[in-house]
Amino acid sequence: MRGIWTFVEVQDGAIEDVSLEVLGKASELAREKGVESSAVIAGWQLSNIVEETAKYPVDKIYYVEHELLRQYSPSAYAKALHQLVERHKPEIMLFGATYNGADIAARLAVKTGAGLIAHVVGLEIERETGMLIGHVPGFGGSIVAVCRCRPNVLQMATVRPGVLEKPQPAGGNAEIIKFSPELNEQDVGLRLVERSVSPTIDITRAERVVVAGMGTGGDLTPLKQLAEKIGAELAVTRPLADMGAAPRDVQIGSTGYSLRSKLAIIAGASGAAHFVSGIRDVKTVIAINTDPNAPIFEFADYYVVGDLFKIIPRLTQALAR
Amino acid sequence: MKIIVCVKVVPKVEEVSFDPETKTLDRSKATNELNEADKNALEAALRLKEKVGGTVVAVSMGPPFFEPFLKLCVAMGADDAVLLSDKAFAAADTYSTSYVLAQAAKKIGYDLILCGESTADSGTAQVPPQMAEWLGIPHVSYASTIEATDGKLLVRRTVKGGYELVETPLPALISVELGSNTPRFPDFKRKRWADREFKLTIWGSKDLTLDMQNVGRQGSKTDVIDLRMLAPTERKRIKIEGTEEEIAEKLASIIKET
Ligand SMILES: Cc1cc2nc3c(=O)[nH]c(=O)nc-3n(C[C@H](O)[C@H](O)[C@H](O)COP(=O)(O)OP(=O)(O)OC[C@H]3O[C@@H](n4cnc5c(N)ncnc54)[C@H](O)[C@@H]3O)c2cc1C
Repeated sequence: MRGIWTFVEVQDGAIEDVSLEVLGKASELAREKGVESSAVIAGWQLSNIVEETAKYPVDKIYYVEHELLRQYSPSAYAKALHQLVERHKPEIMLFGATYNGADIAARLAVKTGAGLIAHVVGLEIERETGMLIGHVPGFGGSIVAVCRCRPNVLQMATVRPGVLEKPQPAGGNAEIIKFSPELNEQDVGLRLVERSVSPTIDITRAERVVVAGMGTGGDLTPLKQLAEKIGAELAVTRPLADMGAAPRDVQIGSTGYSLRSKLAIIAGASGAAHFVSGIRDVKTVIAINTDPNAPIFEFADYYVVGDLFKIIPRLTQALAR
Repeated sequence: MKIIVCVKVVPKVEEVSFDPETKTLDRSKATNELNEADKNALEAALRLKEKVGGTVVAVSMGPPFFEPFLKLCVAMGADDAVLLSDKAFAAADTYSTSYVLAQAAKKIGYDLILCGESTADSGTAQVPPQMAEWLGIPHVSYASTIEATDGKLLVRRTVKGGYELVETPLPALISVELGSNTPRFPDFKRKRWADREFKLTIWGSKDLTLDMQNVGRQGSKTDVIDLRMLAPTERKRIKIEGTEEEIAEKLASIIKET
């Protein structure tokens, strides 16, 4: 049996959360199918990552090591993974739908003639065929397309971060298989000149969230104060992230992240389809908007027609009492 | 620099309705528009052209109704536009779409290909990197700025937690981040010319060198086997009223309970 592979993405010396989320699901699906679940790690000098991955429920770890994989390059990574796929011929290969993971997956899919299902929010194995089924949100997230690959091709999917649970460490018996791909300088193409990142919060796991919309005009101070008061994370709608008022990592919606919090207080957001798909799984939604006809009120449990700059500071005060 | 910009026409997502009986999407009542991120890609191309000279050609694969939108690209400043339209191209997934676009790019000739990061309707973001792979050229995704420096490009791309500056040789493909610039309005005179006199090039499958095994539904590697409408989450929709102080008090007690 050829098995299910999960690409374990490494960024700045650590495993991406989404890779573990996918690995957990892959192992579940593999058990259901009666096949092996394997992790694929690619890079340079990552034995600590291999060790870390081995703590999770996985049968095999393919460790693809090459000095030219020291730096991220979608073409070099895809070429290396292609060689590994040719050698061991997995049936299914899963990636986190991250900036880099999605790039590598797309190139690998063309190299291998694979079917690639993008940004899935759900995965299952079709009972009758044993094939991979992916649930893909479209049209701003209100419609889900159920997708399947054609028979006899490698079945690939990228999985949206934060929609699956991270597995508990359990195992430690994974067989480790080293693989040295053949790569040369030309395969890299890109040169990384500078990388500037700060630690991010995983907004998909936040229990309480305050979401700022364009009604703030970019002034997030009152909402930050409220968030601090109630121990919430601050998130934004797309245009605020576009403006640079907050990082893309806390943007909610179809091109950002989905919340699963107990509480979300949404101030100055109109409630566009691309945004509200990101608050479907919030338990209690409170919305504040000056426009009595704002669509966001349809998606709220409690709503206030009013000016956020008047309501929010008073709310923060009231909470202090 | 010869720049190709790939664009797509998409329905406004809010206006697409779903018939749960027939499980089909009704796009007929939806307004169509040029995909937002593709406008950002076109704007990025026009700015590069203004700096270093060259040509910008807009390319799209789609049905004949895309024509006015390609003319809009020309009105915004593209030098030429090509529509890839053929029944054989229909029902393509990203694998076969990227293949046809790549073959068209080869025919047109390019130093740089720009795409929007993803489309508003299906939003897979897969077509740009897949196209780059068909062409065997490097690609950089989610670019917010592009600078040309002697035969190379310096690209700032958004990544988790920040950004990366990446240098790529040419030819290359870059996908441009949604909202990374403000697309210009078409010039009025140029718009009139584009609408009335500009002649759009339309290529069918016979006009390109294609392995038909990779084209359209036949060439696709995935199928949509079912469409489901997500039922909206049940919400209480309780309006909180009163003076600002009263509203604040009421909200405070709701928050304390959750
Ligand atoms: C392909 C694509 C993908 C997209 N992905 C996303 C996404 O992932 N996430 C996302 O958020 N958007 C996304 N968008 C954009 C989306 O369509 C909307 O444009 C966006 O969500 C609007 O943001 P907003 O509600 O903050 O701003 P607006 O729509 O401008 O709404 C501002 C609201 O604030 C209210 N207001 C003004 N002043 C006050 C005040 N003082 N107090 C209270 N209320 C006030 C106004 O009444 C208005 O309702 C996407 C768009 C496209 C095309």
